[in-house]
Amino acid sequence: MDFKHVDTIIEKHQRKRTALISILHDIQDEYNFLPEGALQKVASRLQMNTNDIYGVATFYKSFSLTPRGEHTVTLCLGTACHVRGGPNLLRALKSHLRIEAGQTTADGKIFLQAVNCLGVCAIGPVMFVDGTFHGGMNSVKAQRIVERIKKGKAGVSA
Amino acid sequence: MKKIRSVSDLEKWREDILARQKQYKAIVAVCGGTGCQAYGCQKIKQAFQKELKKKKLQDTVLLKYTGCPGFCERGPLVTVYPREIFYQRVKVEDIPLIVSETIQGGRVVEHILFEDPDAHRKIINSKDIPFYKAQMRLLLSNNDLIDPTRIEDYVAIGGYQSLAKALFEMEPDEIIGEIKESGLKGRGGAGYPTGKKWENCRRAPGDIKYVICNCDEGDPGAFMDRCLLEGNPHSILEGMLIGAYAIGANEGFIYVRHEYPIAHKHAEIAITQARKAGFLGKNILGSGFNFEVEIAKGGGAFVCGESTALIASIEGMVGEPRSKQIHTVTQGLWGRPTNLNNVETWANVPLIIKQGSKWFSSIGTEKSKGTKIFSLVGKVKNTGLVEVPMGITLKEIIFDIGGGPQNGKKIKAVQTGGPSGGCIPASLFNLPVDFDSLTEAGSMMGSGGMIVMDEGSCMVDVAKYFVHFLKGESCGKCLSCREGLKRMGEILDGITEGKGNGESIALLEELAVVVADTSLCGLGKTAPNPVLSALRYFRSEFEDHIIKKRCPAAVCAPLIQYSILEEQCTGCGACKKICPAQAIEGEKKLRHRIQTALCSKCGSCKDICKANAVMVQ
Repeated sequence: MDFKHVDTIIEKHQRKRTALISILHDIQDEYNFLPEGALQKVASRLQMNTNDIYGVATFYKSFSLTPRGEHTVTLCLGTACHVRGGPNLLRALKSHLRIEAGQTTADGKIFLQAVNCLGVCAIGPVMFVDGTFHGGMNSVKAQRIVERIKKGKAGVSA
Repeated sequence: MKKIRSVSDLEKWREDILARQKQYKAIVAVCGGTGCQAYGCQKIKQAFQKELKKKKLQDTVLLKYTGCPGFCERGPLVTVYPREIFYQRVKVEDIPLIVSETIQGGRVVEHILFEDPDAHRKIINSKDIPFYKAQMRLLLSNNDLIDPTRIEDYVAIGGYQSLAKALFEMEPDEIIGEIKESGLKGRGGAGYPTGKKWENCRRAPGDIKYVICNCDEGDPGAFMDRCLLEGNPHSILEGMLIGAYAIGANEGFIYVRHEYPIAHKHAEIAITQARKAGFLGKNILGSGFNFEVEIAKGGGAFVCGESTALIASIEGMVGEPRSKQIHTVTQGLWGRPTNLNNVETWANVPLIIKQGSKWFSSIGTEKSKGTKIFSLVGKVKNTGLVEVPMGITLKEIIFDIGGGPQNGKKIKAVQTGGPSGGCIPASLFNLPVDFDSLTEAGSMMGSGGMIVMDEGSCMVDVAKYFVHFLKGESCGKCLSCREGLKRMGEILDGITEGKGNGESIALLEELAVVVADTSLCGLGKTAPNPVLSALRYFRSEFEDHIIKKRCPAAVCAPLIQYSILEEQCTGCGACKKICPAQAIEGEKKLRHRIQTALCSKCGSCKDICKANAVMVQ
């Protein structure tokens, strides 16, 4: 893997140490996760200890040190989604995809994650798939969306 | 865009914008909030664009996205001005009708108007809808009018005039005095008097000071800050500018959680536009005051809503809170005096400067002034954002505005204050909503999440949910929070799995005291609240789980079972097909059965069954 984009990203943030979280976000957007080589490059460019970079990368939940699937299915488990049956959706998707939350399917297609709140509480339970919000979900609709992504139709609505 | 160099420039600009707006015969405002985007409002806007072009109306009808009007449950929302006709649950196929009937013909399209559930009468204007009637939308009403990506829209409604007033007609101390007089308290949760905080920061020694806007809104079930920053970002900037001028700061940060991409984008656009127009940068409006704002992005950590953790996060470090013996107003960002306020607090500032502290303090109760935005969600009919005067009762919010229960089930509690708050039972719904009353009832105002629970919600499950939430979000610095919450979670897991015993409750209560007493920051100090309030008002539910080994609400998975009622089942096979665990057996047209050992209890069979044959108990 070449990391020439990492340089561009660091330059975009003017090599500021205070922009570390934004830099890591941009790297993750580019590579889909935080590759070790990229983090080492960040450390040397910002003149920081690699350990400290890992400290930040592992503290914040948004970052992943392992490759994520091609598609990301994010399930909201905020309070409003929780009382409207969010945990049922998670059970359905875990069972359907045969993975736990935080894992990627064996074919590398779908990364499933549960988050604490997406802030779209009024229309819960909510699912966020490849940049699109889906409201008013239930276990059946959630499985159908995942099924359609598997068949290559991303960004579909329920 | 021309640079605005004086107050008269600003006034002239506003007049120009208003004159330009007058050339439009009608305005079509499509809600572009995150909620309506989930309903596909992009397609609605595209359809309008196409239809208006087809009818050659694109030059006389202004089509725009606006911020969120709050009634998310009824999206996609479209309002047609000048008559302010409020259309809800609009579909793409309704668009040609709205254009031909409403815009060209001046008539309303009945079937997409809101229908009063009691009187079965169609309502044309949003202000007549029960959901909006009891509200006092001082902050949110602007969301309905403006396109958050156009600074002109904000200027048209009088935006940045409070800034002009503050810069040219008031001294910094006078501004602080005005905010103090208004009685405005921080809207992020703790309710600290804003004016006092500003004063402390102004008096703190140091040449370089900072102001920060906290849009980390990590409370699950709350989204008012997202809607304000997303729907009216310039009002936040204006509030920050006034605060910075009063305090003596020249630099500010908006900390946005990374789960809010639209809020982030709109804040970025607003900053660029404000800079171009001369509201940010050097010598603002010719006053000699300089101010710049940057956006800092969060990384998905709830604890970063705490001021010292947030500051550490802006500095590019791990978001661990520190002891507050020295307050952030004295030593905050990079060790310099820093004033941090929540989004909603900043949004109130331009209003107070414009209309005066006397006006503001006339709203609300003796100790809690102004309005508060709540996110009314969960098991209630009308969900969305509601802005009400302080002191209104829970009952008015949940039943008059919220319309009561969602599907006939009795409402039994409301959760306020997020993970630091607690559940308030229906018997206390006459309680006025202000900072003190909610705290007395064992909950708190918090940032404004209001999650309604009905008979189908299990209070033990909710308590467990919050403990696990906080366990995951604890930064791990204090042992009592890190280990205590883990142990409390294990005990609650046990109770919901039918493994609770006679000592479980006493142990929970003991641990709760230790965690609250010996944690450093607000997260740990308030973490036991959801458990303690559930035990205070719903102890019998805990006892049902422990003694009878059953979950009365049929929520706790280990204590429930799914089964198919023989007499109802039509043998259609839909449940068998959808079941992700392949736990259902049965031949077509014959009764189906669930093999309990395989069942993952996801409820797919119940969701899909048209014959209502799936039972949970």
